[in-house]
Amino acid sequence: MSPLRRRLLFGIPLAVVVVGGAGFYTILRRMQEDDYDPHALPSPLIGKKLPAFVLPGADGMQGFGNTDLAAPPKPMLVNWFASWCVPCLQEAPMLMKLAKSGLEIWGIAYQDQPGNLANFISANGNPYTRLAADVSGLTAINWGVYGVPETYLIDKQGIVRWRYAGALTDDVVSGTLLPLLQQYA
Amino acid sequence: MRKFILALALLPALAYAQMVTRDGVTLTPGQEARAEDIGSQLRCLVCQNESIEGSSADLAKQLRVIIRQHVVAGDSNKSIMDYMVQRYGIFVLLKPPFIPLTWALYASPFVGILLGFFGFWLVRRAKVEAPAPLSEADARRLDELLK
Amino acid sequence: MIPELGHFALALAVALAFAQGVIGIFAPGLRDPRAMRAAPALALSHFLAIGAAFLGLIYAGVVSDFTVENVADFSSAAVPLIYRISGTWGNHDGSMVLWCFILSLCGATVAAFGNGLPASLRARVLGVLGLVSGGFLLFTLTVSDPFTRLWPPPLDGAGVNPILQDPGLAFHPPVLYTGYVGFSVAFAFAIAALIEGRIDAAWGRWVRPWALLSWCFLTAGIALGSWWSYYTLGWGGYWFWDPVENAALLPWLTGTALLHCAIVVEKREALKAWTVLLAIATFSLSLSGTFLVRSGILNSVHSFAAAPDQGLFILGLLGLTIGGSLLLFAIRAPVLAATGVYAPLSRESALVLNNIFLCSIATVVFVGTLYPPFVNLLFGIQLSIGAPFFNQTVLPLAGPIILAMGVGPMMAWKRAALLPVLRQLWLAAAVGLLVFLVVAANRHVIAALGLAGGAWVVMAAVTDVAGRIRLFRVSPGVSAARLLALPRAAVGATLGHIGFGMMVLGIAGMTLATQKVIVLVPGQSTELGGYTWTLNDIHDAPGPNFSQRVADISLSENGKVFMTLHPARRFFAAQKVITNTAAIRTNGFQDIYAVFASEPPGSGGAELRLNRHPLAPEIWLGGLVMALGGGISLSDRRLRVGAPARKKPAGAVA
Repeated sequence: MSPLRRRLLFGIPLAVVVVGGAGFYTILRRMQEDDYDPHALPSPLIGKKLPAFVLPGADGMQGFGNTDLAAPPKPMLVNWFASWCVPCLQEAPMLMKLAKSGLEIWGIAYQDQPGNLANFISANGNPYTRLAADVSGLTAINWGVYGVPETYLIDKQGIVRWRYAGALTDDVVSGTLLPLLQQYA
Repeated sequence: MRKFILALALLPALAYAQMVTRDGVTLTPGQEARAEDIGSQLRCLVCQNESIEGSSADLAKQLRVIIRQHVVAGDSNKSIMDYMVQRYGIFVLLKPPFIPLTWALYASPFVGILLGFFGFWLVRRAKVEAPAPLSEADARRLDELLK
Repeated sequence: MIPELGHFALALAVALAFAQGVIGIFAPGLRDPRAMRAAPALALSHFLAIGAAFLGLIYAGVVSDFTVENVADFSSAAVPLIYRISGTWGNHDGSMVLWCFILSLCGATVAAFGNGLPASLRARVLGVLGLVSGGFLLFTLTVSDPFTRLWPPPLDGAGVNPILQDPGLAFHPPVLYTGYVGFSVAFAFAIAALIEGRIDAAWGRWVRPWALLSWCFLTAGIALGSWWSYYTLGWGGYWFWDPVENAALLPWLTGTALLHCAIVVEKREALKAWTVLLAIATFSLSLSGTFLVRSGILNSVHSFAAAPDQGLFILGLLGLTIGGSLLLFAIRAPVLAATGVYAPLSRESALVLNNIFLCSIATVVFVGTLYPPFVNLLFGIQLSIGAPFFNQTVLPLAGPIILAMGVGPMMAWKRAALLPVLRQLWLAAAVGLLVFLVVAANRHVIAALGLAGGAWVVMAAVTDVAGRIRLFRVSPGVSAARLLALPRAAVGATLGHIGFGMMVLGIAGMTLATQKVIVLVPGQSTELGGYTWTLNDIHDAPGPNFSQRVADISLSENGKVFMTLHPARRFFAAQKVITNTAAIRTNGFQDIYAVFASEPPGSGGAELRLNRHPLAPEIWLGGLVMALGGGISLSDRRLRVGAPARKKPAGAVA
């Protein structure tokens, strides 16, 4: 073996570590700047129409199905929530703010009881134009919902453009949601 | 030793012939075994790094029920897996599919072995040159140490 | 007051550690004997300083001083004393202090017992340890300070995480950390050797006890962790291929390879550069294992989360330590010439084979663990790589190791003949084959392969010893005398292999486990694994800081009750957490395992998970036997840490 090749061979471990380190540096750096979440799970529904479903109304409001969401007049949100979920409670004021700004939001209560749901709505306000109940949780599985709250952005063609798992925060709304709403307006 | 042999002999004792009920679905032991096999290859999405079969989360329980309903309905393993992937993406599979994205992953065992034998071969080939003889001082020191 | 003293001691330790690092590394170059003697003294005082800081933190936990934020967040007055102590290292900041404490303990041990080492080598080893310790102490002091005060203090602390209130998990971190951190000494020896530019048999002899000691702790730590998840997670799972577990397995794999190839350096002066690389890799993997899992990048059930800026600091430290040492390796290692020559068929080659396969497994585990975050970074796609992947890739790679393990120890150095060895092993091979046929006849092929492999390893190791003590060929008394006269290192190695074989048996046995999830009301019974399991009663029982519901289950065979089990559900009011405490009865060859999973509303009964786990105890017994084998090996006169002291090498290299 020539000395140079020998040296190159002995440099392989260093090269592996440099590449790995650079990758981790990028990840951590972008996590710190909040523009990257290593655990974010993209929804398979993105770019597709919603799966077929019909859900009854809840808390005296009108329910809905996938056909009602086939061609909304302007982009809108569908928000999965439950009265027993703590992040949903944190998210409620943000939804109210968005609803007041003129954004159409439909809600689906996930595995909830009517009494608890009514209490939740009366305590936190009602941002929803329509409110359906998925008592069995089967529609949630068909959507690929894996926890509440989850928020879906539906465009004018009824296509899912964005899914956010977790409570909507100011950063998410101003950084991601509002630009998307403009894009699909 | 006796106990050990006894334990070995008892290993294949699979003495259940009747139907089993799991999470509210009734199925045959063979179907249950198949459902467990499927469930243990799917990730519980709420709890990190647990399979649907091993998790106590509500969503996992619901998915266990769905798997069992599909098994009873006679669906193939593949169609049940596809059902899950369609809803949750390939993230749900604890063993990723063999696609261009995972070629490097599946190559890793072979790369490891080939690199190992290649390195061994390189070193042996280099070794053909005569080994440096031990200097006298070193030999003395070594002797002393190895005493 | 005490926390302030602890804080001060921590700051002092930083200064002492860096002094130890700089003086230790540069003194030998200056050929100043006084400076070289300063390194051990600094190492000892650095150890005392961290010891004081650690004691201060434990004291704050024991007296429930809630003005210390760490205690207020992770402890409470109602928690039993033992968990107030173990709670100290049950969180990110506190565990850093434990980690640094063990590192300084290693340095102090080298300083105190390393009189036999050449002064320059000792100074450099201590220097490397000092620099590593200094870096992590600085991290602890600046961005994860466990002594931060809180004012006004809360009336009571938030309490210890109920999952950590368990004897298994109280002692798992110290044992595991000792394993991780112990490899720092082998690492420091490797760096010192690269600086000095020479490695010889004596170097191998000094490194091996340290590698062995750390390996024992790492083995025991992993076994303890696995046993813990076995009895707490409630369905008999004992290994999940979780990133955190993989992070512990990786240094174990390379550490095991290191142990084996250090023998080659010691006996044959070959594989030097490779051994140095393994020493660096093992400690690097230990470091990455301890810290990258805290960065929040990997998906994991266990471990503490740290903020991303802490992650960046740690990444910087890791980069300096690992990158620096590998750079040194790339520059200096090519000059390390091997002197020993050996034939393709020899003990050396067997050990090389062991290394190739162990490192291939390590490669797979490494790639499998890091693949998802990197794919996500590059392509934005989430992948899962879990048990089904690792089982399919790792187990076939373990096959050749298992086969070679039986043959390798009986082969001669330099040049061996395979046939006589195989002739000696006919019995082991026959037993393995028999086991395979019996089990495979019941259509459990995977279990059959595993059981046969385990039986082969155990039998081959026993055959090896039997041959050495000439069992049945001379009188039993003579055999016994020969057994006692065997070098302890050989006995330890044999035990290590037997332990591994037992573990293989246990893992294979677990694939034959039978289990049942069933709802029973009191008085009802069910059949499983040849026994009748009856739920007699569900009742409340008191606990120190929890309340619990206990199920009373009896097992009977042919109408005779032979065992009662009391699985419980514990409710910790402080954290509103419910934990399941499994009831496990073992007879050494199988576990009877019952979990009280829930009380389904409206059923009036209990949802039970009942399991019969054949050979499960062998998994952890095997781990224990492996660690024990390592310990016995360590007690060998030739390997004792201070052994070279009695034969001070003349004209030590400078």
